[in-house]
Amino acid sequence: MANPKSKISIVENILNSNDQIALQNRARLDNSNVIGMNFMASPGAGKTSLIEATLDNLKNTYKIAVIDGDVATSIDADRAANAGAQQAVQVNTGGQCHLDAVMVSNALNQLDLVDIDLLIVENVGNLICPSSFQLGTHKNVLISSIPEGDDKPYKYPQMYQNIDALVLNKIDLIPFVDFNIDYFLNGVGILNPGLINFQLSCRTKDGIEEWLEWVESNL
Amino acid sequence: MHELPVSQNILEISLKYANRENASKILNIYVVIGQLTSFIDESIQFYWDIISKDTIAEGAELRFTRIPAEFMCKLCNYSFPLSENQFTCPNCQSNQVEIIKGKEFYLDSIDIE
Repeated sequence: MANPKSKISIVENILNSNDQIALQNRARLDNSNVIGMNFMASPGAGKTSLIEATLDNLKNTYKIAVIDGDVATSIDADRAANAGAQQAVQVNTGGQCHLDAVMVSNALNQLDLVDIDLLIVENVGNLICPSSFQLGTHKNVLISSIPEGDDKPYKYPQMYQNIDALVLNKIDLIPFVDFNIDYFLNGVGILNPGLINFQLSCRTKDGIEEWLEWVESNL
Repeated sequence: MHELPVSQNILEISLKYANRENASKILNIYVVIGQLTSFIDESIQFYWDIISKDTIAEGAELRFTRIPAEFMCKLCNYSFPLSENQFTCPNCQSNQVEIIKGKEFYLDSIDIE
């Protein structure tokens, strides 16, 4: 005979299992005194360029490793290695649109964490999925860029809520693009009050100093 | 695309609680999704039908409660829903606004027998 029907109250965060592994990743980084930063952005916003600029300026002072998430190819990990990353690991997500904590955990197995000060994780280019999956990094950084348009906080509110720093890249293109910076920052401020932001150009290197100071202040 | 791992997590959590109660079948699963998160019910349902096969959750109905985003003005306490491309307070035009609802994403409960 069938059991009587009954209701069970659960109220459990659906991404709990990912978050548990993210906590383990965080503990592994902490045990080796590694600061982890998760770089998220839409495709083409300048994640790899910002990593190159960061490596270029900090590689002589700190040991930096890069985990590169991409749907296919190792172009980005190669660029990071060429720019001076101490260690670079490519994670091909096999079509998945974001990195999750398990992929990062596997990538950490390939790194010698003892020999690293800063770990940069380059997420898959996407403004939606990566924001839902914590990786265990200490800082979530979003790189936006001028050509994407000033309405992105309004269209992708979740991404702007779950970050610790915002980089607005390609400011050298402002004269050529209708981008209302007040409108953009107003949306950002409502979603994430007090969020620190850096306006810079990886191409001209304008504004890059403030960004580097912030990275160093976390190390 | 991220709805696949999400569906798998919903299944895992549901089975964990149902097994604890020695349930023979999961009938309904109640999921709460805030408007400011980026999860699509139809996609979760699509994967669900595939991954729940041959479990006690096969055939269970996924019942989604969508929580609309709600903002509140810190200056005049007016609360208002999300409107297209605008977060400022429609009452006093201030941008001192905070999010009250819309970030939820959890498995609320299941019906079993």
